[in-house]
Amino acid sequence: MTGQGRDPAFLAVRDLTKRFGGLTAVSDATFDVREGSITGLIGPNGAGKTTLFAMIAGFEQPSAGLVLLDGEEITGRKPHDLAKLGLARTFQIVQPFAGLSVRENIAVGAFLRLAKRRDALALAEEVGQRLGLGPQLDKPAAALTVAGRKRLEVARALATRPRILLLDEVLAGLNPSELRDFLPVLQDIRAGGVTILMIEHVMQAVMSLCEYVHVISGGRIIASGEAAEVVGNPAVIEAYLGHGAAQRLAGHA
Amino acid sequence: MTIREALPILGFLVVAVLVSLFVTSNVVLNFLVFTLILAIAAQGWNLLGGYGGQYSFGHAAFFGMGAYVSAILQQRFGVNAYPAVAFGMVAAALLGYAIGAMVFRAGLRGSYFALVTLAFAEVLRILANAIEITGGAAGLLISLNLGAGNLQFANRSSFLILAAVLLALAMLMTLAVEKSRIGAQLVAVRENEAAAAALGVDILAVKLRAISLSAGLTGAAGALYAQYFLYIDSNIAFGTWISVEALLAPIIGGAGTVFGPLIGALILQGLSEGTKMLIGKIPGVDLIIFGALLILVVRFPLHRIPGVIAARWRGKGAP
Repeated sequence: MTGQGRDPAFLAVRDLTKRFGGLTAVSDATFDVREGSITGLIGPNGAGKTTLFAMIAGFEQPSAGLVLLDGEEITGRKPHDLAKLGLARTFQIVQPFAGLSVRENIAVGAFLRLAKRRDALALAEEVGQRLGLGPQLDKPAAALTVAGRKRLEVARALATRPRILLLDEVLAGLNPSELRDFLPVLQDIRAGGVTILMIEHVMQAVMSLCEYVHVISGGRIIASGEAAEVVGNPAVIEAYLGHGAAQRLAGHA
Repeated sequence: MTIREALPILGFLVVAVLVSLFVTSNVVLNFLVFTLILAIAAQGWNLLGGYGGQYSFGHAAFFGMGAYVSAILQQRFGVNAYPAVAFGMVAAALLGYAIGAMVFRAGLRGSYFALVTLAFAEVLRILANAIEITGGAAGLLISLNLGAGNLQFANRSSFLILAAVLLALAMLMTLAVEKSRIGAQLVAVRENEAAAAALGVDILAVKLRAISLSAGLTGAAGALYAQYFLYIDSNIAFGTWISVEALLAPIIGGAGTVFGPLIGALILQGLSEGTKMLIGKIPGVDLIIFGALLILVVRFPLHRIPGVIAARWRGKGAP
């Protein structure tokens, strides 16, 4: 922690580009995530959200551009180095350590900052309880429901004691009651001082959780701003519903 | 690791000492010493393969390195057996690190990793057969010089205690790894590399530490083998047989468990001796049995049995 208070660009992404051969998956993406915020990254399927995440978290090398965390350049660093710097991510397709118990899964994250097994298991227990996994702690991770696995993804990442958490569609596939239970958990994490950047399709969650939203379409950031103002943006409506949709909707109104 | 967790290992040691005191049959003692040496080699494989999920098919490279370095130091340079065995272990561990640095840095996994390790072992076997310092095809005899100071024992029961103590140390080390940060990270790497990396696990560093420890242990088994039989050649030290034994024992006895390699080695050697007694000495008949057993274990995962028992026991023990 730098103790400088609120840096407007805790995570700064500058002109980040990823080309796979002739295909440009992400093109000159530039946006900021403020410290202590919950920031959303939305966009239609295939827009490049997950590729953008993968580059920020070190899983893909960017073709061009910069990523800065708290003013320090972190472009292209290895995932485990970034985890040590306090950047943790979850996976859209959940990746539990299937052969391990829920507690042991979370402990792997806890071991990043704790050398002793006793301490790591204690932190795993604490984080597991906080994420509502208390009754499942000794079950094999493979036995969890989809909602449970999503919680486990977040719990493991949180056990690394991150400064910023990148959540890739952790709410996808949850039913309404699971969703209702999960939103306060994310707010609680933010209240604990962790900045959150989340890819999300569930607009209800985006609207209620995120202060800022960046919209990506066709590999480009097409809109940025507060959630309410972004969803009314004609370019965003067209990205989701097709060319001319904004006009037609306005005509009907 | 707590005393309680280490108790079964102490129990094994007590049983081994009792056996060495009361069993007089040389055939049985010979069988047990050989089985324990294999169990040490298998424990080495288990650290990398069972816990880390990196299935080596070439642990003969480390077994042979331990055996040859120890034997050459004693025979050609007059080094005392104790430091010679220690150097054998260190040499095997360094070889493990070197192979790991090449293979893991290149990102080889799964069957590719298995094939490359097999290739390394075969190259070493051919080299050992060709060059002079290893005694070439004639092999290498360690001069008979009985006495505890030379790590040579006239009676097999003393050697049984020595092998049992070393295996107990290997099991204690494995248990310590299992209960530590590196153990948790190693298992995480086995289960899912991407997820482990995202949680701050340095995959390459973890694999390198695992292969070094693994190779050192299997190298110790090689050095012990040379010390027991006082003779090695390239087919014994670097032969495929030891690679197969080192991986079959943990897979059959329980990969990724502290006692798996010992249980597996006992089953394998028991079967091997049993078939020899029943069918007579048809060359390779034990390998046929091993093959059939391996197919059965892969089809019906016996190696999960210790885990299932542990899970059931935990389930009952927990409130």
